[in-house]
Amino acid sequence: MQYATLNTSEGLNQALETLLGDLLDKGVVEAVMVPTRQFHKRVVMQSLIANRADLADLDPFAPVVTTNAAKQVAALTNRPAGRPVAVVLRSCELRAVIELVKLHQSHLDDLLLIGLDCYGRYENNAYLALAAGDEHLSATFVAQAASGGGTTLEGVEITAACQVCEYPVCDSVDLRLAVVGAEPGKQVWIEALTDKGREALASAKLEVAEGDPDGRTEAVGALVAQREAAKKQLFEEFTAQTDSIDGLQDALAGCINCYNCRVACPACYCRECVFVTDTFRHDGEQYMAWAEKRGLLKLPTDTTFYHLTRMVHMSTLCVGCGQCSSACPNDLPIMELFRTVSEKTQIRFGYVPGQDLQEAQPMATFHDEELDEVTGQSK
Amino acid sequence: MSKDFEPTITAFLCNWCTFTAADLAGTSRLSYPANVKIIRMMCSGMVDPKFVLKAFLEGTDGVFIGGCWPGDCHYINGNMKARRRVALLHEVLGRFGVDRDRLWLRWVAASEGNMFAETVEEMTSRLMELGPCEMKGKKVA
Repeated sequence: MQYATLNTSEGLNQALETLLGDLLDKGVVEAVMVPTRQFHKRVVMQSLIANRADLADLDPFAPVVTTNAAKQVAALTNRPAGRPVAVVLRSCELRAVIELVKLHQSHLDDLLLIGLDCYGRYENNAYLALAAGDEHLSATFVAQAASGGGTTLEGVEITAACQVCEYPVCDSVDLRLAVVGAEPGKQVWIEALTDKGREALASAKLEVAEGDPDGRTEAVGALVAQREAAKKQLFEEFTAQTDSIDGLQDALAGCINCYNCRVACPACYCRECVFVTDTFRHDGEQYMAWAEKRGLLKLPTDTTFYHLTRMVHMSTLCVGCGQCSSACPNDLPIMELFRTVSEKTQIRFGYVPGQDLQEAQPMATFHDEELDEVTGQSK
Repeated sequence: MSKDFEPTITAFLCNWCTFTAADLAGTSRLSYPANVKIIRMMCSGMVDPKFVLKAFLEGTDGVFIGGCWPGDCHYINGNMKARRRVALLHEVLGRFGVDRDRLWLRWVAASEGNMFAETVEEMTSRLMELGPCEMKGKKVA
Protein backbone atom coordinates (compact mmCIF):
# COMPACT_ATOMS: atom_id res chain seq x y z
CA MET A 1 0.00 0.00 0.00
CA GLN A 2 1.06 3.59 -0.60
CA TYR A 3 0.54 6.27 1.97
CA ALA A 4 1.39 9.88 2.59
CA THR A 5 1.73 11.72 5.86
CA LEU A 6 -0.39 14.79 6.46
CA ASN A 7 0.94 17.34 8.91
CA THR A 8 -1.97 18.26 11.17
CA SER A 9 -0.21 20.55 13.66
CA GLU A 10 -2.34 23.43 12.34
CA GLY A 11 -5.44 21.28 12.84
CA LEU A 12 -6.93 18.23 11.20
CA ASN A 13 -9.54 20.23 9.30
CA GLN A 14 -6.97 22.67 7.93
CA ALA A 15 -4.86 19.80 6.59
CA LEU A 16 -7.90 18.26 4.92
CA GLU A 17 -8.92 21.62 3.52
CA THR A 18 -5.53 21.88 1.84
CA LEU A 19 -5.66 18.34 0.51
CA LEU A 20 -9.21 18.54 -0.85
CA GLY A 21 -8.60 22.06 -2.15
CA ASP A 22 -5.59 20.79 -4.08
CA LEU A 23 -7.70 18.03 -5.61
CA LEU A 24 -10.18 20.70 -6.72
CA ASP A 25 -7.48 23.05 -8.03
CA LYS A 26 -5.65 20.32 -9.94
CA GLY A 27 -8.93 19.29 -11.57
CA VAL A 28 -8.76 15.79 -10.11
CA VAL A 29 -12.36 16.36 -9.04
CA GLU A 30 -14.90 19.05 -9.82
CA ALA A 31 -16.54 18.97 -6.41
CA VAL A 32 -16.08 17.47 -2.98
CA MET A 33 -18.87 15.97 -0.90
CA VAL A 34 -17.79 16.33 2.70
CA PRO A 35 -19.41 16.81 6.13
CA THR A 36 -19.36 20.55 6.76
CA ARG A 37 -20.44 22.90 9.53
CA GLN A 38 -23.50 24.75 8.33
CA PHE A 39 -24.22 28.46 8.57
CA HIS A 40 -24.71 28.62 12.29
CA LYS A 41 -21.55 26.56 12.66
CA ARG A 42 -22.96 23.72 14.65
CA VAL A 43 -25.00 21.30 12.55
CA VAL A 44 -22.68 19.20 10.44
CA MET A 45 -24.18 17.99 7.17
CA GLN A 46 -22.74 16.57 3.99
CA SER A 47 -22.21 19.40 1.51
CA LEU A 48 -21.31 19.33 -2.16
CA ILE A 49 -18.54 21.90 -2.48
CA ALA A 50 -17.39 23.12 -5.86
CA ASN A 51 -15.52 26.23 -4.72
CA ARG A 52 -12.25 25.95 -2.81
CA ALA A 53 -13.05 28.86 -0.49
CA ASP A 54 -16.18 27.08 0.71
CA LEU A 55 -14.09 24.22 2.10
CA ALA A 56 -13.28 26.44 5.09
CA ASP A 57 -16.00 24.99 7.29
CA LEU A 58 -15.45 21.32 6.52
CA ASP A 59 -15.54 19.10 9.57
CA PRO A 60 -15.63 15.45 8.50
CA PHE A 61 -14.32 14.12 11.81
CA ALA A 62 -17.15 15.73 13.78
CA PRO A 63 -18.51 12.84 15.86
CA VAL A 64 -21.97 12.99 14.32
CA VAL A 65 -23.63 11.48 11.26
CA THR A 66 -26.82 13.48 10.95
CA THR A 67 -28.05 11.01 8.35
CA ASN A 68 -26.37 8.11 6.57
CA ALA A 69 -24.88 9.84 3.52
CA ALA A 70 -25.30 6.77 1.30
CA LYS A 71 -28.66 8.20 0.32
CA GLN A 72 -27.04 11.49 -0.65
CA VAL A 73 -24.47 9.65 -2.75
CA ALA A 74 -27.34 7.79 -4.42
CA ALA A 75 -29.12 11.08 -5.06
CA LEU A 76 -25.98 12.51 -6.65
CA THR A 77 -25.17 9.48 -8.80
CA ASN A 78 -28.52 7.84 -9.54
CA ARG A 79 -28.49 9.66 -12.84
CA PRO A 80 -24.78 10.49 -12.91
CA ALA A 81 -23.44 13.84 -14.05
CA GLY A 82 -20.37 12.18 -15.52
CA ARG A 83 -18.17 14.65 -13.63
CA PRO A 84 -15.63 13.56 -11.02
CA VAL A 85 -16.54 14.12 -7.37
CA ALA A 86 -14.65 13.18 -4.22
CA VAL A 87 -16.95 11.87 -1.50
CA VAL A 88 -15.81 11.71 2.11
CA LEU A 89 -17.62 8.93 3.94
CA ARG A 90 -17.47 6.73 6.99
CA SER A 91 -17.43 2.97 6.78
CA CYS A 92 -21.18 2.54 7.45
CA GLU A 93 -21.98 5.05 4.72
CA LEU A 94 -19.54 3.59 2.25
CA ARG A 95 -20.77 0.04 2.82
CA ALA A 96 -24.36 1.19 2.29
CA VAL A 97 -23.31 2.93 -0.95
CA ILE A 98 -21.94 -0.37 -2.20
CA GLU A 99 -25.27 -2.05 -1.51
CA LEU A 100 -27.12 0.75 -3.32
CA VAL A 101 -24.77 0.36 -6.30
CA LYS A 102 -25.72 -3.32 -6.46
CA LEU A 103 -29.37 -2.23 -6.44
CA HIS A 104 -28.64 0.12 -9.36
CA GLN A 105 -29.61 3.12 -7.26
CA SER A 106 -26.11 4.57 -7.12
CA HIS A 107 -23.01 4.54 -9.33
CA LEU A 108 -19.33 4.72 -8.47
CA ASP A 109 -17.93 5.71 -11.88
CA ASP A 110 -17.61 9.44 -11.14
CA LEU A 111 -16.54 9.05 -7.54
CA LEU A 112 -13.23 9.28 -5.78
CA LEU A 113 -14.08 7.46 -2.56
CA ILE A 114 -12.35 8.84 0.51
CA GLY A 115 -12.97 6.83 3.66
CA LEU A 116 -12.64 8.22 7.17
CA ASP A 117 -11.48 6.21 10.13
CA CYS A 118 -14.40 6.38 12.52
CA TYR A 119 -14.35 6.23 16.31
CA GLY A 120 -18.12 6.55 16.40
CA ARG A 121 -20.77 9.21 16.46
CA TYR A 122 -23.00 10.78 19.07
CA GLU A 123 -26.76 11.04 18.72
CA ASN A 124 -27.61 14.23 16.85
CA ASN A 125 -28.94 16.14 19.86
CA ALA A 126 -26.15 14.97 22.12
CA TYR A 127 -23.65 16.16 19.55
CA LEU A 128 -25.24 19.61 19.35
CA ALA A 129 -25.11 19.95 23.13
CA LEU A 130 -21.44 18.92 23.24
CA ALA A 131 -20.53 21.10 20.26
CA ALA A 132 -22.14 24.11 21.92
CA GLY A 133 -19.60 23.83 24.72
CA ASP A 134 -16.50 23.08 22.65
CA GLU A 135 -15.66 24.91 19.47
CA HIS A 136 -13.04 22.29 18.62
CA LEU A 137 -15.12 19.25 19.50
CA SER A 138 -13.92 17.18 16.53
CA ALA A 139 -10.27 17.66 17.46
CA THR A 140 -10.97 17.01 21.15
CA PHE A 141 -12.89 13.82 20.32
CA VAL A 142 -10.40 12.39 17.84
CA ALA A 143 -7.41 13.27 20.05
CA GLN A 144 -8.97 11.59 23.08
CA ALA A 145 -10.04 8.49 21.16
CA ALA A 146 -6.71 8.13 19.32
CA SER A 147 -4.72 8.40 22.53
CA GLY A 148 -6.70 5.56 24.11
CA GLY A 149 -8.87 7.82 26.23
CA GLY A 150 -12.10 6.32 24.93
CA THR A 151 -15.03 7.96 23.20
CA THR A 152 -17.04 9.28 26.15
CA LEU A 153 -17.08 13.06 26.51
CA GLU A 154 -18.78 14.80 29.47
CA GLY A 155 -20.40 11.48 30.35
CA VAL A 156 -21.98 11.17 26.90
CA GLU A 157 -21.35 7.89 25.09
CA ILE A 158 -21.24 7.26 21.36
CA THR A 159 -24.33 5.51 19.97
CA ALA A 160 -25.01 1.88 20.82
CA ALA A 161 -24.53 1.00 17.14
CA CYS A 162 -21.06 2.57 17.07
CA GLN A 163 -20.03 0.86 20.30
CA VAL A 164 -20.51 -2.52 18.60
CA CYS A 165 -19.34 -1.53 15.10
CA GLU A 166 -16.62 -3.88 13.91
CA TYR A 167 -15.81 -1.73 10.88
CA PRO A 168 -14.13 1.44 12.19
CA VAL A 169 -11.97 1.51 9.07
CA CYS A 170 -13.12 1.62 5.42
CA ASP A 171 -11.89 -1.09 3.11
CA SER A 172 -13.33 -0.57 -0.36
CA VAL A 173 -12.15 3.02 -0.92
CA ASP A 174 -9.66 4.82 -3.14
CA LEU A 175 -8.16 6.88 -0.33
CA ARG A 176 -8.35 6.43 3.41
CA LEU A 177 -7.89 9.14 6.02
CA ALA A 178 -6.16 7.13 8.70
CA VAL A 179 -6.23 8.45 12.26
CA VAL A 180 -6.31 5.17 14.18
CA GLY A 181 -2.73 4.59 15.29
CA ALA A 182 -1.67 8.13 14.35
CA GLU A 183 -1.27 11.23 16.50
CA PRO A 184 -4.06 13.40 15.10
CA GLY A 185 -2.65 16.51 16.83
CA LYS A 186 0.59 16.18 14.86
CA GLN A 187 0.06 13.99 11.84
CA VAL A 188 -2.34 11.54 10.22
CA TRP A 189 -1.91 9.34 7.17
CA ILE A 190 -3.66 9.18 3.90
CA GLU A 191 -3.53 5.73 2.39
CA ALA A 192 -4.09 4.93 -1.28
CA LEU A 193 -5.82 1.59 -1.86
CA THR A 194 -6.49 1.77 -5.59
CA ASP A 195 -4.93 3.17 -8.76
CA LYS A 196 -7.43 6.02 -8.66
CA GLY A 197 -6.28 6.79 -5.12
CA ARG A 198 -2.59 6.61 -6.05
CA GLU A 199 -3.15 8.99 -8.96
CA ALA A 200 -4.98 11.40 -6.67
CA LEU A 201 -2.08 11.34 -4.19
CA ALA A 202 0.36 12.00 -7.03
CA SER A 203 -1.75 14.92 -8.32
CA ALA A 204 -1.84 16.46 -4.88
CA LYS A 205 1.99 16.29 -4.91
CA LEU A 206 2.17 14.44 -1.61
CA GLU A 207 5.31 12.60 -0.67
CA VAL A 208 4.43 8.93 -0.89
CA ALA A 209 5.82 6.04 1.12
CA GLU A 210 5.28 2.31 0.53
CA GLY A 211 3.92 -0.13 3.09
CA ASP A 212 1.77 0.34 6.16
CA PRO A 213 2.22 3.31 8.48
CA ASP A 214 4.00 2.47 11.76
CA GLY A 215 1.75 1.00 14.40
CA ARG A 216 -1.36 1.32 12.24
CA THR A 217 -2.20 -2.37 11.84
CA GLU A 218 -1.87 -3.03 15.58
CA ALA A 219 -4.00 -0.03 16.52
CA VAL A 220 -6.77 -0.97 14.09
CA GLY A 221 -6.65 -4.58 15.29
CA ALA A 222 -7.02 -3.51 18.92
CA LEU A 223 -9.96 -1.23 18.14
CA VAL A 224 -11.73 -3.93 16.12
CA ALA A 225 -11.15 -6.50 18.88
CA GLN A 226 -12.67 -4.14 21.43
CA ARG A 227 -15.71 -3.56 19.22
CA GLU A 228 -16.11 -7.29 18.50
CA ALA A 229 -16.11 -8.06 22.22
CA ALA A 230 -18.76 -5.40 22.87
CA LYS A 231 -20.81 -6.72 19.97
CA LYS A 232 -20.67 -10.29 21.23
CA GLN A 233 -21.85 -9.21 24.65
CA LEU A 234 -24.68 -7.03 23.33
CA PHE A 235 -25.88 -9.68 20.89
CA GLU A 236 -25.96 -12.36 23.58
CA GLU A 237 -27.79 -10.21 26.09
CA PHE A 238 -30.27 -8.80 23.63
CA THR A 239 -31.00 -12.10 21.90
CA ALA A 240 -31.74 -13.68 25.29
CA GLN A 241 -34.38 -10.98 25.95
CA THR A 242 -35.99 -11.25 22.52
CA ASP A 243 -35.77 -14.88 21.44
CA SER A 244 -39.54 -15.30 21.39
CA ILE A 245 -42.49 -13.64 19.68
CA ASP A 246 -43.44 -12.14 23.04
CA GLY A 247 -39.92 -10.78 23.35
CA LEU A 248 -40.16 -9.27 19.88
CA GLN A 249 -43.51 -7.68 20.63
CA ASP A 250 -42.21 -6.34 23.95
CA ALA A 251 -39.34 -4.70 22.09
CA LEU A 252 -41.70 -3.21 19.52
CA ALA A 253 -44.52 -2.31 21.93
CA GLY A 254 -44.06 1.42 21.47
CA CYS A 255 -44.03 1.37 17.66
CA ILE A 256 -46.32 4.06 16.23
CA ASN A 257 -45.83 3.30 12.52
CA CYS A 258 -43.98 6.55 11.91
CA TYR A 259 -41.64 4.62 9.58
CA ASN A 260 -38.75 6.86 10.58
CA CYS A 261 -36.55 3.76 10.80
CA ARG A 262 -37.04 2.88 7.18
CA VAL A 263 -36.68 6.48 6.02
CA ALA A 264 -33.38 6.65 7.91
CA CYS A 265 -32.28 3.21 6.67
CA PRO A 266 -29.80 3.41 3.79
CA ALA A 267 -30.46 -0.21 2.87
CA CYS A 268 -34.27 0.11 2.67
CA TYR A 269 -34.32 0.15 -1.10
CA CYS A 270 -37.99 0.21 -2.17
CA ARG A 271 -38.90 3.42 -3.94
CA GLU A 272 -42.35 3.22 -2.41
CA CYS A 273 -42.83 1.24 0.78
CA VAL A 274 -45.75 -1.19 0.60
CA PHE A 275 -46.79 -0.12 4.10
CA VAL A 276 -47.84 3.31 2.84
CA THR A 277 -49.84 1.95 -0.10
CA ASP A 278 -53.54 1.15 -0.22
CA THR A 279 -52.71 -2.46 0.67
CA PHE A 280 -52.52 -1.26 4.26
CA ARG A 281 -55.44 1.17 4.15
CA HIS A 282 -57.94 -1.25 5.61
CA ASP A 283 -61.72 -0.96 5.67
CA GLY A 284 -63.47 -0.22 8.94
CA GLU A 285 -65.07 -3.65 8.70
CA GLN A 286 -61.61 -5.21 8.61
CA TYR A 287 -60.61 -3.53 11.86
CA MET A 288 -63.88 -4.67 13.45
CA ALA A 289 -63.24 -8.25 12.34
CA TRP A 290 -59.75 -8.20 13.83
CA ALA A 291 -61.02 -6.73 17.09
CA GLU A 292 -63.76 -9.34 17.34
CA LYS A 293 -61.35 -12.17 16.62
CA ARG A 294 -58.78 -11.01 19.16
CA GLY A 295 -61.01 -9.31 21.74
CA LEU A 296 -58.58 -6.40 21.73
CA LEU A 297 -56.61 -4.98 18.84
CA LYS A 298 -53.68 -2.70 19.55
CA LEU A 299 -53.65 0.39 17.34
CA PRO A 300 -51.96 1.28 15.13
CA THR A 301 -51.97 -2.17 13.56
CA ASP A 302 -49.40 -3.85 11.33
CA THR A 303 -46.43 -2.95 13.53
CA THR A 304 -45.00 -6.44 14.05
CA PHE A 305 -45.82 -7.15 10.41
CA TYR A 306 -43.95 -4.04 9.31
CA HIS A 307 -40.77 -4.83 11.21
CA LEU A 308 -40.76 -8.51 10.19
CA THR A 309 -41.25 -7.47 6.57
CA ARG A 310 -38.39 -5.03 6.78
CA MET A 311 -36.20 -7.77 8.27
CA VAL A 312 -37.06 -9.95 5.28
CA HIS A 313 -36.39 -7.13 2.83
CA MET A 314 -33.12 -5.68 4.06
CA SER A 315 -31.60 -7.66 6.91
CA THR A 316 -29.21 -9.36 4.49
CA LEU A 317 -28.02 -5.86 3.46
CA CYS A 318 -27.91 -4.23 6.92
CA VAL A 319 -24.59 -2.45 7.51
CA GLY A 320 -25.31 -1.74 11.18
CA CYS A 321 -25.17 2.07 10.99
CA GLY A 322 -27.83 2.41 13.69
CA GLN A 323 -29.62 5.32 12.02
CA CYS A 324 -32.88 3.38 12.56
CA SER A 325 -32.52 3.57 16.33
CA SER A 326 -31.40 7.19 16.17
CA ALA A 327 -34.52 8.07 14.15
CA CYS A 328 -36.95 6.28 16.46
CA PRO A 329 -39.01 8.73 18.52
CA ASN A 330 -39.77 6.06 21.11
CA ASP A 331 -36.28 4.65 21.61
CA LEU A 332 -37.15 1.17 20.41
CA PRO A 333 -34.12 -1.13 20.10
CA ILE A 334 -34.38 -1.30 16.31
CA MET A 335 -30.64 -1.46 15.70
CA GLU A 336 -30.31 -4.32 18.18
CA LEU A 337 -33.20 -6.22 16.57
CA PHE A 338 -31.95 -5.76 13.04
CA ARG A 339 -28.33 -6.46 13.79
CA THR A 340 -29.13 -9.70 15.62
CA VAL A 341 -31.49 -10.82 12.83
CA SER A 342 -29.00 -9.71 10.16
CA GLU A 343 -26.27 -11.75 11.75
CA LYS A 344 -28.38 -14.86 11.20
CA THR A 345 -29.57 -14.06 7.68
CA GLN A 346 -26.15 -12.87 6.51
CA ILE A 347 -24.45 -15.99 7.86
CA ARG A 348 -27.09 -18.22 6.24
CA PHE A 349 -26.26 -16.82 2.82
CA GLY A 350 -22.56 -16.25 3.53
CA TYR A 351 -23.01 -12.59 2.62
CA VAL A 352 -21.12 -9.59 3.96
CA PRO A 353 -22.83 -6.38 2.89
CA GLY A 354 -20.68 -3.52 1.67
CA GLN A 355 -17.70 -5.67 0.92
CA ASP A 356 -17.53 -7.02 -2.59
CA LEU A 357 -19.21 -5.25 -5.51
CA GLN A 358 -19.05 -8.44 -7.55
CA GLU A 359 -20.96 -10.54 -5.04
CA ALA A 360 -24.71 -10.63 -5.76
CA GLN A 361 -27.14 -9.77 -2.99
CA PRO A 362 -28.69 -12.93 -1.53
CA MET A 363 -32.24 -12.20 -2.67
CA ALA A 364 -31.10 -11.12 -6.13
CA THR A 365 -29.62 -14.46 -7.08
CA PHE A 366 -29.98 -18.22 -6.63
CA HIS A 367 -28.20 -21.39 -7.62
CA ASP A 368 -29.68 -24.61 -8.89
CA GLU A 369 -27.67 -26.67 -6.42
CA GLU A 370 -27.99 -25.16 -2.96
CA LEU A 371 -30.01 -25.06 0.25
CA ASP A 372 -31.13 -28.69 -0.07
CA GLU A 373 -31.87 -28.67 3.65
CA VAL A 374 -34.84 -26.33 3.06
CA THR A 375 -36.95 -29.06 1.47
CA GLY A 376 -34.94 -32.07 2.67
CA GLN A 377 -35.81 -33.73 -0.64
CA SER A 378 -33.51 -35.11 -3.31
CA LYS A 379 -34.52 -36.30 -6.71
CA MET B 1 -50.38 -30.80 24.28
CA SER B 2 -54.11 -31.09 24.46
CA LYS B 3 -55.39 -33.92 22.27
CA ASP B 4 -58.11 -31.83 20.68
CA PHE B 5 -55.68 -29.29 19.19
CA GLU B 6 -56.22 -29.20 15.46
CA PRO B 7 -53.55 -27.20 13.66
CA THR B 8 -54.34 -24.98 10.72
CA ILE B 9 -52.04 -25.21 7.72
CA THR B 10 -52.11 -22.46 5.12
CA ALA B 11 -50.89 -23.92 1.83
CA PHE B 12 -49.65 -21.83 -1.06
CA LEU B 13 -49.59 -24.26 -3.96
CA CYS B 14 -48.20 -23.83 -7.42
CA ASN B 15 -50.90 -24.16 -10.07
CA TRP B 16 -48.70 -26.33 -12.28
CA CYS B 17 -47.61 -28.98 -9.82
CA THR B 18 -48.64 -29.17 -6.18
CA PHE B 19 -52.10 -27.72 -6.77
CA THR B 20 -52.64 -30.23 -9.55
CA ALA B 21 -51.31 -32.94 -7.23
CA ALA B 22 -53.88 -31.89 -4.63
CA ASP B 23 -56.52 -32.14 -7.31
CA LEU B 24 -55.24 -35.59 -8.23
CA ALA B 25 -55.31 -36.64 -4.59
CA GLY B 26 -58.97 -35.60 -4.52
CA THR B 27 -59.99 -37.30 -7.76
CA SER B 28 -58.05 -40.40 -6.65
CA ARG B 29 -60.18 -40.36 -3.48
CA LEU B 30 -57.12 -40.22 -1.23
CA SER B 31 -57.91 -38.93 2.20
CA TYR B 32 -55.75 -36.35 3.90
CA PRO B 33 -56.27 -34.14 6.94
CA ALA B 34 -58.79 -31.35 6.55
CA ASN B 35 -56.39 -29.04 8.44
CA VAL B 36 -54.95 -27.67 5.23
CA LYS B 37 -56.43 -24.57 3.59
CA ILE B 38 -55.23 -24.25 0.03
CA ILE B 39 -54.45 -21.03 -1.81
CA ARG B 40 -53.71 -21.52 -5.48
CA MET B 41 -50.71 -19.58 -6.77
CA MET B 42 -49.35 -19.37 -10.28
CA CYS B 43 -45.87 -20.30 -8.98
CA SER B 44 -44.12 -20.97 -5.67
CA GLY B 45 -41.95 -18.03 -6.72
CA MET B 46 -45.03 -15.82 -6.44
CA VAL B 47 -45.30 -16.42 -2.70
CA ASP B 48 -44.27 -13.08 -1.25
CA PRO B 49 -42.71 -13.53 2.19
CA LYS B 50 -45.36 -11.09 3.42
CA PHE B 51 -48.03 -13.71 2.64
CA VAL B 52 -46.27 -16.12 4.97
CA LEU B 53 -45.80 -13.53 7.72
CA LYS B 54 -49.42 -12.43 7.42
CA ALA B 55 -50.70 -16.01 7.62
CA PHE B 56 -48.77 -16.50 10.88
CA LEU B 57 -49.90 -13.15 12.28
CA GLU B 58 -53.49 -14.11 11.53
CA GLY B 59 -53.10 -17.30 13.52
CA THR B 60 -52.12 -20.14 11.22
CA ASP B 61 -50.04 -22.86 12.83
CA GLY B 62 -48.06 -23.79 9.77
CA VAL B 63 -47.44 -22.68 6.20
CA PHE B 64 -46.86 -25.17 3.40
CA ILE B 65 -45.46 -23.92 0.10
CA GLY B 66 -45.66 -26.45 -2.69
CA GLY B 67 -43.56 -25.99 -5.82
CA CYS B 68 -42.24 -27.85 -8.81
CA TRP B 69 -39.17 -30.05 -8.56
CA PRO B 70 -35.91 -28.28 -9.45
CA GLY B 71 -35.66 -28.02 -13.21
CA ASP B 72 -39.41 -28.40 -13.71
CA CYS B 73 -40.63 -24.88 -12.91
CA HIS B 74 -43.19 -23.68 -15.44
CA TYR B 75 -41.51 -20.26 -15.20
CA ILE B 76 -37.99 -21.74 -15.36
CA ASN B 77 -36.73 -20.81 -11.87
CA GLY B 78 -39.51 -19.45 -9.62
CA ASN B 79 -39.06 -22.44 -7.31
CA MET B 80 -35.36 -21.62 -6.84
CA LYS B 81 -36.32 -18.12 -5.75
CA ALA B 82 -38.92 -19.55 -3.40
CA ARG B 83 -36.23 -21.71 -1.80
CA ARG B 84 -34.05 -18.69 -1.01
CA ARG B 85 -37.04 -16.84 0.46
CA VAL B 86 -38.00 -19.77 2.65
CA ALA B 87 -34.42 -20.06 3.92
CA LEU B 88 -34.56 -16.35 4.73
CA LEU B 89 -37.90 -16.68 6.52
CA HIS B 90 -36.56 -19.63 8.51
CA GLU B 91 -33.76 -17.39 9.80
CA VAL B 92 -35.96 -14.38 10.59
CA LEU B 93 -38.76 -16.35 12.26
CA GLY B 94 -36.28 -18.71 13.91
CA ARG B 95 -34.61 -15.75 15.59
CA PHE B 96 -37.88 -15.23 17.49
CA GLY B 97 -38.40 -18.84 18.44
CA VAL B 98 -40.77 -19.90 15.62
CA ASP B 99 -39.80 -23.48 14.77
CA ARG B 100 -38.60 -24.10 11.23
CA ASP B 101 -41.05 -26.98 10.98
CA ARG B 102 -43.87 -24.47 10.88
CA LEU B 103 -42.84 -23.40 7.39
CA TRP B 104 -42.42 -26.15 4.84
CA LEU B 105 -41.32 -25.89 1.26
CA ARG B 106 -41.78 -29.16 -0.63
CA TRP B 107 -41.44 -30.16 -4.23
CA VAL B 108 -44.52 -32.07 -5.33
CA ALA B 109 -45.02 -32.87 -9.03
CA ALA B 110 -48.45 -32.80 -10.67
CA SER B 111 -48.44 -36.61 -10.79
CA GLU B 112 -47.60 -36.99 -7.09
CA GLY B 113 -51.08 -36.95 -5.57
CA ASN B 114 -49.92 -39.54 -3.03
CA MET B 115 -47.05 -37.41 -2.00
CA PHE B 116 -49.28 -34.38 -1.51
CA ALA B 117 -51.56 -36.37 0.80
CA GLU B 118 -48.57 -37.77 2.71
CA THR B 119 -46.97 -34.37 3.07
CA VAL B 120 -50.13 -32.86 4.55
CA GLU B 121 -50.43 -35.87 6.85
CA GLU B 122 -46.82 -35.50 8.03
CA MET B 123 -47.03 -31.78 8.50
CA THR B 124 -50.26 -32.04 10.46
CA SER B 125 -48.78 -34.55 12.88
CA ARG B 126 -45.60 -32.50 13.28
CA LEU B 127 -47.68 -29.39 14.06
CA MET B 128 -49.70 -31.39 16.58
CA GLU B 129 -46.42 -32.14 18.36
CA LEU B 130 -45.39 -28.49 18.20
CA GLY B 131 -48.75 -27.19 19.43
CA PRO B 132 -50.31 -23.83 18.54
CA CYS B 133 -48.01 -21.31 16.90
CA GLU B 134 -46.44 -18.73 19.19
CA MET B 135 -47.74 -15.98 16.90
CA LYS B 136 -51.34 -17.06 17.31
CA GLY B 137 -53.89 -15.02 19.25
CA LYS B 138 -51.68 -11.97 19.81
CA LYS B 139 -53.42 -8.68 20.37
CA VAL B 140 -50.79 -7.03 18.21
CA ALA B 141 -50.54 -7.49 14.47
